[in-house]
Amino acid sequence: MTAGAGGRHPARLVLPFAALAASLVAWDLIVRLNDLPPYVLPGPGLVLATLVQDWAILWQSLAITLVTTFEGFAAATVIGLALAVLFSQSKWLEYCFFPYAVILQVTPVIAIAPLLLIYLPQQLAVVTCAGIVAFFPVLSNATLGLNSADRNLVGLFTLYRASRWQTLRYLRWPAALPAIMGGLRIAGGLSLIGAVVAEIAAGAAGSGSGLAYRIAESGYRLNIPRMFAALLLLSIAGIVIYMALALVSHLVLRRWHESALGKDM
Amino acid sequence: MTTAEPAVRLRGVTKVYDGGVAALGPLDLDIARGAFVSLLGPSGCGKSTALRLIAGLAAPSTGAVEVARAAAPGAVGFVFQEPTLMPWASVRDNVYLPLRLAGVARRAAMPRVEAMLARVGLADFTEAVPRELSGGMKMRVSLARALVTEPDILLLDEPFAALDEITRFRLNNDLLALWRDLGKTIVFVTHSVFESVYLSQRVLVMTARPGRISATFAIAGPEPRGEAFRTSPDYAAQCRAVSAALAGAGEDPSREGVR
Repeated sequence: MTAGAGGRHPARLVLPFAALAASLVAWDLIVRLNDLPPYVLPGPGLVLATLVQDWAILWQSLAITLVTTFEGFAAATVIGLALAVLFSQSKWLEYCFFPYAVILQVTPVIAIAPLLLIYLPQQLAVVTCAGIVAFFPVLSNATLGLNSADRNLVGLFTLYRASRWQTLRYLRWPAALPAIMGGLRIAGGLSLIGAVVAEIAAGAAGSGSGLAYRIAESGYRLNIPRMFAALLLLSIAGIVIYMALALVSHLVLRRWHESALGKDM
Repeated sequence: MTTAEPAVRLRGVTKVYDGGVAALGPLDLDIARGAFVSLLGPSGCGKSTALRLIAGLAAPSTGAVEVARAAAPGAVGFVFQEPTLMPWASVRDNVYLPLRLAGVARRAAMPRVEAMLARVGLADFTEAVPRELSGGMKMRVSLARALVTEPDILLLDEPFAALDEITRFRLNNDLLALWRDLGKTIVFVTHSVFESVYLSQRVLVMTARPGRISATFAIAGPEPRGEAFRTSPDYAAQCRAVSAALAGAGEDPSREGVR
């Protein structure tokens, strides 16, 4: 029993790394014992060596993908929050336009991407894809949050004849922040996925040099170690994005929201 | 009882909810300026509905609700069953809220906010957020917020029902002191006979479905009231009389189990 120790027990820090090390060793052993050629399955050492050796190319591609991700995320955030605020002001607007948001959400982006690539310049199309994927969690979470302000507090604002703007500014918006932060955390990872999907679709159509394009290109050349290296970079980028947004969420909510309080409170 | 213009006047007020449930009335009621009146009744008797009608938080189905100077925002203060504070805002900002909504600049409002927080004994907790406070302290913040606009009328909806007895007694005494010092008209909703008799000048006993006033008691007691009154035979006798009226109000078998 680790009662009272909360999350500070050393095993909690050591165990994940031990498991990671064990799986890396297993991977390495499988490659060595079966004498697998690198174009079937490269060992972890070779992947790491490729990462270092191809760093210049991979880094440049990562930067391009990250810029796309960031632009898509920013667009999704601005548009999603703006629409959620509009919906919170008018039920009719919400009834009219929410279905389109759902349609965008349920249609696989890989199926929309080719169409967008025809209509839009390539970079804009890729950013749009990233934005479409990321936009729904922002919108739906923010809509939920803006509508879940305490009923009695809403009554209090009515009693003091607060304007719509005051009710939004002082009540609905701060009450929605935990939900909005949850939506942004999901959207961060999704915009990376959207960017990658769009890059792959665009890569097949012609030019492009994002990380996903590198993966597709390496695939054609049977450069499997580089594929793994690029995949590794993508995963790390996803993790960093998630952790950064979790940190922002914690900083915004730390004074008052249950999710940001220490476990011993 | 009412010589001058009353602070609150209800005439033939009813409230019927969308499902056709008659929640209240018809209700006729005059509350004199500066009076401390309790609405006492079992859960679901419509006493909270009556309070929300007086506050203007709900509209009557028929009849007229007149509240003196109700047109001025902040003329009515309301304290809910729950503290109903904004969890993200400091105690100071929670109390500032009614003035902020009325367009009072922060600098101009702060002396009033601080004075009211001192009045309810929270001068040292202005920067705390609600989760750092006890239940009784949160209720004090809620009281300070209701009083900061200097309302003529203070409406309280079972404000101390969730508090422990010691805290409740202390807040009862503080509320009486506020009433004596500030001269507000207070309408207090409760389901506690003892609380209503201890606090009020007048206790209105309500019956359920639809909510009506079945009995009115003028409570005699020393001024100012204190712990001596709470333990006096006189207090006990009045509580007994009110309890009997409340039991009678609930005994009508035709109303049992109707929902």
